[in-house]
Amino acid sequence: MVERSKVRVVIAKPGLDGHDRGAKVVARALKEAGYEVIYTGIRQTPEQIVETVIQEDAAVLGISILSGAHMVLIPKIIKLLEERGIKPNEDIVIFAGGIIPPDDAEELKKMGVAEVFGPGTPLKTVIEFVDKAVEKLKRFKNA
Amino acid sequence: MESVESLIQLALSGDKKAIARLITLVENDEDKAREIIRKIYPHTGRAYVVGITGPPGSGKSTLLDKLIKLAREDGHRVGVIAIDPTSPFTGGALLGDRLRMQRHSTDPGVFIRSMATRGSLGGLAKATNDAIKVLDASGYDLIFVETVGVGQIEVDIVKTADTVVLVTVPGLGDEVQAIKAGLMEVADIFAINKADREGVEMVYLELKMALEFERDKWKQLSWEPPIVETTAFTLKGVRPLWEAIKSHRKHMEESGRLKERRAFRAREEVKTIIASSIAKRVEEKLEKGESRELIEKVVERKLDPYSASQIIMKKLKADLWG
Repeated sequence: MVERSKVRVVIAKPGLDGHDRGAKVVARALKEAGYEVIYTGIRQTPEQIVETVIQEDAAVLGISILSGAHMVLIPKIIKLLEERGIKPNEDIVIFAGGIIPPDDAEELKKMGVAEVFGPGTPLKTVIEFVDKAVEKLKRFKNA
Repeated sequence: MESVESLIQLALSGDKKAIARLITLVENDEDKAREIIRKIYPHTGRAYVVGITGPPGSGKSTLLDKLIKLAREDGHRVGVIAIDPTSPFTGGALLGDRLRMQRHSTDPGVFIRSMATRGSLGGLAKATNDAIKVLDASGYDLIFVETVGVGQIEVDIVKTADTVVLVTVPGLGDEVQAIKAGLMEVADIFAINKADREGVEMVYLELKMALEFERDKWKQLSWEPPIVETTAFTLKGVRPLWEAIKSHRKHMEESGRLKERRAFRAREEVKTIIASSIAKRVEEKLEKGESRELIEKVVERKLDPYSASQIIMKKLKADLWG
């Protein structure tokens, strides 16, 4: 298993969505599990989120969105990451949470989102997911 | 995985991904850190480092948000290292300082990096200094280091900055007690933030009184730490602090004190690296053989710790320096 304290996670809230409780709860849970978590705050543009991921050299990006704009904002974020040479599942693990209908979740997974967690997901599930998912990243393959 | 060599080339030309990766490496990998610092050291020395410290909740990050803007207006390329504590129980950290400076994330002339203290004694000081060097070499000529000034390590970080700003706020109760004694001696500028609140005069007077005790020292150094009132809501409210920082920098450069402080910093760095290297080796040696037996004797009260140490040190001499 990859040492959690060496894994940096960015939790971001894109768009005009002020419902940050979920994001904060997940951020806190990951910290309690031993991860280093950078929380961007609300109302982030896709560009701001991508720059944060780059500057913080994050291995994981958790996107929280409850406003319904996920099919616009998440693909945009993925596109920008790819333009900067950061490939989902190779260089970064992307997961999403909030209010995302199952059909959209399937679409997002095809685009590179590794997992989508709906309301009520036990925090333990999120942590176990991150533990496993980071093992597949290039940077930890030699760990 | 790109080689250290290619990462360095990219970083020197300003590639943010490479800069970020180098910072991760100096934090995590001692061998790579050595190689990286050795290679980039000739490219460092231009950056001016400003330490911003103070109790939690004093508004450091919000102040920094405005300082970054003012610094950019003056044409600086700004680096920021925001330090938050690692939980001693879980090893994790919630790094939330950047939240208040996020609008600068997309400014090509700004690089913000969050760092966790990671608990280990020598660790933060070393990694932070190395990260500063990476930013320095990559073209960021003004670097802010923000820390909560409560731990010894954080005080150490701040001691090695070129200018140290101590931020406090009114209403913390026994006003100046909230600031550790060590920090009072180290600050070049005091900022009373949230100056729109009640109790500003009290803090001002307490700081002034505390400074009186140091009057001779400041006279000798020909710099009396100004006490600046700030409100971090607006640029206007922070401008006096920016002016004070520029003023202090000018003083440091013109008086020759900057050179002295950097000499101090270099010496402390070498000391820290040697000390941490020795500590590691001692750690390893103490686990086995005769050293372990001697420690058992100390536990059984058959030998006192000083005598045990003397014996062990004699044996280790060759090992440590050989």
